[in-house]
Amino acid sequence: MTENKDAVTPKLGEVQPQRERDPALRPPVDISETSEGITLRADMPGVSREGLNIRVDKDTLSIEGDLAVDMPEAGEVIHADLRYAQYRRSFALSGELQTDSIEARLKDGVLTVRIPKRVEVRPRKIEVRVD
Amino acid sequence: MFGNLTNLEGRLFDEFKRVEQELDQMFGRWTWPTGIRALAGGSFPPINVASTPEQVDVYLFAAGLDPQGLDISIQQNLLTVAGTRKVEREEDAEYYRQERFDGDFRRVITLPDDVDPERVEAAYKNGVLHIGVQRHVATKPRQIKVK
Repeated sequence: MTENKDAVTPKLGEVQPQRERDPALRPPVDISETSEGITLRADMPGVSREGLNIRVDKDTLSIEGDLAVDMPEAGEVIHADLRYAQYRRSFALSGELQTDSIEARLKDGVLTVRIPKRVEVRPRKIEVRVD
Repeated sequence: MFGNLTNLEGRLFDEFKRVEQELDQMFGRWTWPTGIRALAGGSFPPINVASTPEQVDVYLFAAGLDPQGLDISIQQNLLTVAGTRKVEREEDAEYYRQERFDGDFRRVITLPDDVDPERVEAAYKNGVLHIGVQRHVATKPRQIKVK
């Protein structure tokens, strides 16, 4: 039980959240890979561009967002599937990813993050010489 | 947590699941009545509902929707929201995780009895569908004199 490392993807392993932080929503993600790089899509409805925070610290990619909806001031919550006002999730990146040229886009609450691979590690076609 | 979570999760979550199941067996999950239209947790989209004396606000957290394709209807105090969410997938890519909801959804929300089905407004912003339903004007408390 001490080993919490995610074995699903060796290239973009998920990092368990730190215990001392406030609880937050874990946004569902799709993660895909091509020869060019890795694409991560996360559902973060209610997050505006200003409320979004994407960081790369060493080899950890963290995505955070504040869930902001225009709730009436005097409103009483009578049902809540979502009980926290923040999304948070982080992933460990592997060395062949080019962390200094990550691109991020947010549209209608869907965050798309593209992480390219270093050019030297992209697969090359190897010619077979026939004598 | 999410219905379409097909990939493997960490063993930690399996362990949580097992503990949850054991607790259910011990205490019996079905002892308390639940709403007849209540859905299991984790349904798409998640919904929050807030209420003020003037109106009821329903928030559906559904990112990446085409609001034109939504079917929102209200019958007395029963609000139904149905639609399709199409998740864009890359053909030549290899997927490690596919947790995001893809497909048709439908949620039915029972609102308080005093809502006015004629006065409903809906707006879609940042992936949140907000439906505001006005309530009937609350009758002020009256003094009743005993003759």
